[in-house]
This record gives sequence, C-alpha cells and structure tokens, in this order.
Amino acid sequence: MASNALPKDARAVPNRPAIYDELGVPALADAFRKMQLIRRFEESAEESYMRGLIHGTMHLSIGQEATAVGICSALAETDYITSTHRGHGHCIGKGGDVKRMFAEFFGKEDGYCHGRGGSMHIADPTMGNLGANGIVGGGIPIAVGAALASKRLGNGRVAVSFFGDGANNEGAFHEALNMASVWTLPVVFVCENNQYGMSTSTERSTAVKNVADRAVAYDMPGVIVDGNKFAAVATAAREAVARARSGGGPTLIECKTYRTRGHSRSDRNRYRTKEEIESWIERDPILALENDLITYDLLSQAEIDEIRADVETEITEALAFAAASPSPAVSSLTRHVYTTV
Amino acid sequence: MDQIVRELSFAQAIQEALSIAMERDPRVFLMGEDIGVYGGAFQVTGDLVHRFGEDRVMDTPISELGGAGVAVGAALGGMLPVYEFQFSDFATLAMEQIVNQAAKLRYMLGGSVSVPLVMRLPCGSGTGAAAQHSQSLEAWFAHVPGLKVVQPSSPHDAKGLLLAAIADPDPVIIFEHKLLYKTRGAVPEGHYTVPLDKAETKRVGKDGTIVATAIMVVKALEAAAELAKEGIDLEVIDLRSLRPIDVPAIVASVTKTHRLMCVYEGVKSLGIGAEISAAIAESDAFDFLDAPIIRLGGAEVPIPYNPELEKAAVPQVADIVAAGRRLVRGR
Repeated sequence: MASNALPKDARAVPNRPAIYDELGVPALADAFRKMQLIRRFEESAEESYMRGLIHGTMHLSIGQEATAVGICSALAETDYITSTHRGHGHCIGKGGDVKRMFAEFFGKEDGYCHGRGGSMHIADPTMGNLGANGIVGGGIPIAVGAALASKRLGNGRVAVSFFGDGANNEGAFHEALNMASVWTLPVVFVCENNQYGMSTSTERSTAVKNVADRAVAYDMPGVIVDGNKFAAVATAAREAVARARSGGGPTLIECKTYRTRGHSRSDRNRYRTKEEIESWIERDPILALENDLITYDLLSQAEIDEIRADVETEITEALAFAAASPSPAVSSLTRHVYTTV
Repeated sequence: MDQIVRELSFAQAIQEALSIAMERDPRVFLMGEDIGVYGGAFQVTGDLVHRFGEDRVMDTPISELGGAGVAVGAALGGMLPVYEFQFSDFATLAMEQIVNQAAKLRYMLGGSVSVPLVMRLPCGSGTGAAAQHSQSLEAWFAHVPGLKVVQPSSPHDAKGLLLAAIADPDPVIIFEHKLLYKTRGAVPEGHYTVPLDKAETKRVGKDGTIVATAIMVVKALEAAAELAKEGIDLEVIDLRSLRPIDVPAIVASVTKTHRLMCVYEGVKSLGIGAEISAAIAESDAFDFLDAPIIRLGGAEVPIPYNPELEKAAVPQVADIVAAGRRLVRGR
C-alpha cells in the first residue's frame, strides 16, 4: 500500500485540528483511503446485489465512514472490536481485506467465514475484529468480556464496541456498560447514532435526548461528536482509548451521523424525507476529509486522486477474486459447528 | 494407579473440580451471582473466593444476559470462564448470548474462533421454590447445534464432566439437579475427566432398558432394585450427554433387552424421551422391540408450589416401578 507512506511531513497550518498533526500524513492518507475503500466496497456490493451476484440482504453504512475509520485510527492491530449488522466499515477500518470480504458476500470458500456467515458475520480475529453481529446489542457484552480478558491477562489490549442508536434500548447495552464501569475495564463504547433504528427515530424510541446522556447512569464520560467529521471522531477515540489503556475505565462516545441508504434491501424510505437524506448527503464525510486534507496542506489533489485510483484497482481485483473463488463443498455443511468433531 | 477415592457430596465434587481447574490453569476463572463470599446459592463455590481471590471468583451484578455475554467475550479474549447461573431458570434471560452468540460464533465465523466457555445451571424441582426456580429446560439447550449439553447424576461424574468441559474448546452447558447437590458418592482425588459424549450403563439387566437423566437415574436405579424383587431385571442407562446423544449405547441396550423406557424430569412432550424414542425407531433396534416405548416425563404444567402437587408433576420411584411392570408384563 504505497499511499500509506507518503513522504510529506505534517506542517503547521493555522487552525489545523491538532489530531491531524498527532496522526501525521501517512496515517491520514491511510484513513482517507480506508474511508474511500468502505464507500466503494459498499457501492460495489450494492451493484453486485442488483446484478444478482449476491443473495440475502445487506446493511450499508454509506455516510458513516468517518465513525468507523476515526475510531479505528486510535487502535492498535491487537486491540479488539465488536461490530454490528452494519459492519463493513468497521472491518475495513480495522484492517480487513476486501478480497475476503467480497468472497464472503459472494458466499465463497475464500470468504472470511468460508461462506458460512455472509455480510452480517464478517470477522477477522487476526486483526482483533471479533465480528459483525446480527443481534442488535449482541456484541456489547462480548466487548466487555474481551476487555475483562485483557485486564486479567495484562496484555494491554483495548476493546471497542460499535453499536447503533437502536442498541441503546437493549438490556445488553445497559448491563454491559454497568459491568464495564464497576470493573473499570479497558473498553470504549461507540454509538453510531444514525438516528433511526430501522424506521423508528431516536426521538420516538429513546427517553434521553442524546445516547451519550446514558453515560451518567454508569459513571463514565459521555462524549458527543460529529460523526461525519473524521477529526472529531478520531480526537474523541484517541482520548477514550488512552483512558482505557491506562486503566481509567470505559467511555461512551456518541457519533451523530446518518446512513444515506435505507436500513437494508427491503427499505422503501417511508419514514424520512428526501430533503433530509439530501441534506446529509451534502455532509459527506469523505468529501469533508478530502477538503480538510487539501485545505490544511496535508495531501495534494493529485495524491487524493492517486488514492482514489488505487482503491478502484483494489475493488476491481477483489471482485474478480471473489467471483473466481470456489463455493464451499456441500459435503462440508457441518464443518466448524464444533472445534473437534 | 493407586488413586485415592473418597466419598464426597455432589456439590463438594464440583467445588473440587473448580479448584483443581483453577490451580492447573491461570486462565480459568469463575463468574456468577453471589458465588464469592456468599459461596453460591447452593454453596457450590463455598470458600473458593478466599483461596483464589475476587478476580478469579467474580461476583457479577444481577445481569444474566450481560454476564453471559461477558463470559463469551472473555472466552474469545483468551480466558476460560466458568459461568454459574444461580438457577437454570435465569438462563432464559441469557438465551441471546448462549444461543445466538456462544453456540454459533465458531460456525458463523467459519472456524476462525472457538468459544471455550462452561456454564453451570442448577436445575430441577423438589425444593418448594415453585415455577420460576424449578424448571428442567435442558432440552431447549440440547436443541442448539454448537452447544454441548451434559447432565451428571453422580458426584464422580459431576467432577469428571466439569473438568472435561473446562478442557473442551467449545461451549459446554452443565445441568446440575439441585436435589443431587447433597447426595454422596465415591470421587477420586486429583484431575480426571469423564467423556462429554458417552452414556453409562449404571445397571445391567435383560428385560428392558431405562434411559434416564440426572436425578431420574437415581430414581430409576431404586425402581429397578424394587422390580428385581418381582423378577423384572431392567438395565439402567445414564444418558449423561444430551448433545450429542450416545445413540449407539442405547441401540445396543435395546437390541439386547427389546424394551425401552425413557425417564426424565423435563416436560414429557417434545423432549428428551421423544428424541430417544425416535432414535430407536430409526435404528435397527426398532425390529427388536417387543413392547411400545414408554416415556415418563414431567407433567404438562409449570412446577407447582404445594409439595404433593410438586411431586406429582415429575416422575417418582413408584411411577417408574409401575411403568416398569407395564413395559415388561404389559400391565
């Protein structure tokens, strides 16, 4: 990934967010690349679905790329994440390989789950990604458990649990936050508040104005950030991860964002207006980061264009890899139910 | 091998297994409600907290769903959690984590993870605790591929199955019948395991086979001793494992005795007896059957409070004796 090692150093530019200098140009180029990769991965997955190459359903995070990548920019490869049904961004943010992601989408043997999981269960334990999850809130206590293991084993790993606004009304959310606080565990709870649990708005579902307000009940910091601004998300993530790693305990970060696509393939967008969707498309997180990178003299337009072209190549190659990958043998149906059979 | 064998209670045998497992492997730890200084609702963990400390004998908040999920996550993170539900009934609050997560993660993720998790569930009636503290829900769990489900009937097996479960890389659910906790039996010292997938013949007989689980094994043996006085010689098989079921052992026994009775405390319909009966009906042993199969299970009712009603809700020794006569003599 040549674009990860751009030679230019960050230089002081007036009003430049401190996080850009802290991360440095190679990390910023990598973040931009990952956001673009998420976008193109999901657009290509959608297109493959339309062409009948993918069955089942999918939950696209188009418009939410800054939360996934901003949070993961603060993590080491050995740190854990648990993800959601809308988890492609988290997987790519944590260093996932789009070849194996597409192969999983296509139900192929080379997929992350050997075709057993599909879009909703993509995981990459080698990169600390404990998996997307089809159950709303299902990954939250699991992240707390991973953090408990880190603390007991003394390995310094932090666990991040991504979840949507819908999960904030699940019992698992409340039980998990309470235990993480009682036991002072190295975990960061990241709510991607895209404002709708399927069709039900947070106003109609949630008693508090902000999901971050819930943090008070569990005696941990509750931080609200603009989830479409990479710098804001990355800044909050850096602080929360540092706090977790140093033994300070959990943080709840609420990223206010929006999914510009529907909940899943069945969504007819009856619960929100075209104007609302368009107003959020205008706040595209990728264009916002691109604008920042150029404004603050971190990357040139030519370098941005080069990253975009590089992403296109990676997507094309990944799709070809997935298409060429064999299907799992039907005779292997029951493989992986148990570790030893 | 001159292994020392002493008599211990079922609860002491479990505690000894937990202690041995924690001494052998620093990754093993216990989680549950009131398992620390309280010693557990049934005093199974007893004073372990004083020997191993609060980090390894962890009291959890009353959060069964979250607690089970933390155990799943800790298992993924490299620990070997043993999670105690205070009553098996409370596991209904945690079914999401047990059924959707623990059981399925390995398969859904294409074999890239294992979930080395043990859950202990005190189950069964007979304590006057009524409908929400007395259920036998083991068939629910045994219906889920990805879980292993066992049910010891003796102190020896309680220890050996638990040590086998802790050594196993997959999630194992252990149902411990509460009335067995104070029963006593021979238990070898030190570490040993009992296979998680094998039934055990507890009594050899020729006139018919009783397949029983947990405390029903004890009752079936009593009933078989009673029937022996009448000249009816029954074989008693302790199923021990509900997932997987040791079908070959049952088929072999029924092929020999030509008669089958299933005795279990869970509700009779759609349960363990149905599965075993069907397994026999599908096997070569079917041709050897000389009498209809009999199922003795729990009544189709929530467990009642009144002691006489409570007894009537689950098979008793007299019921097994009567059913044994019917099985062999047709009346």
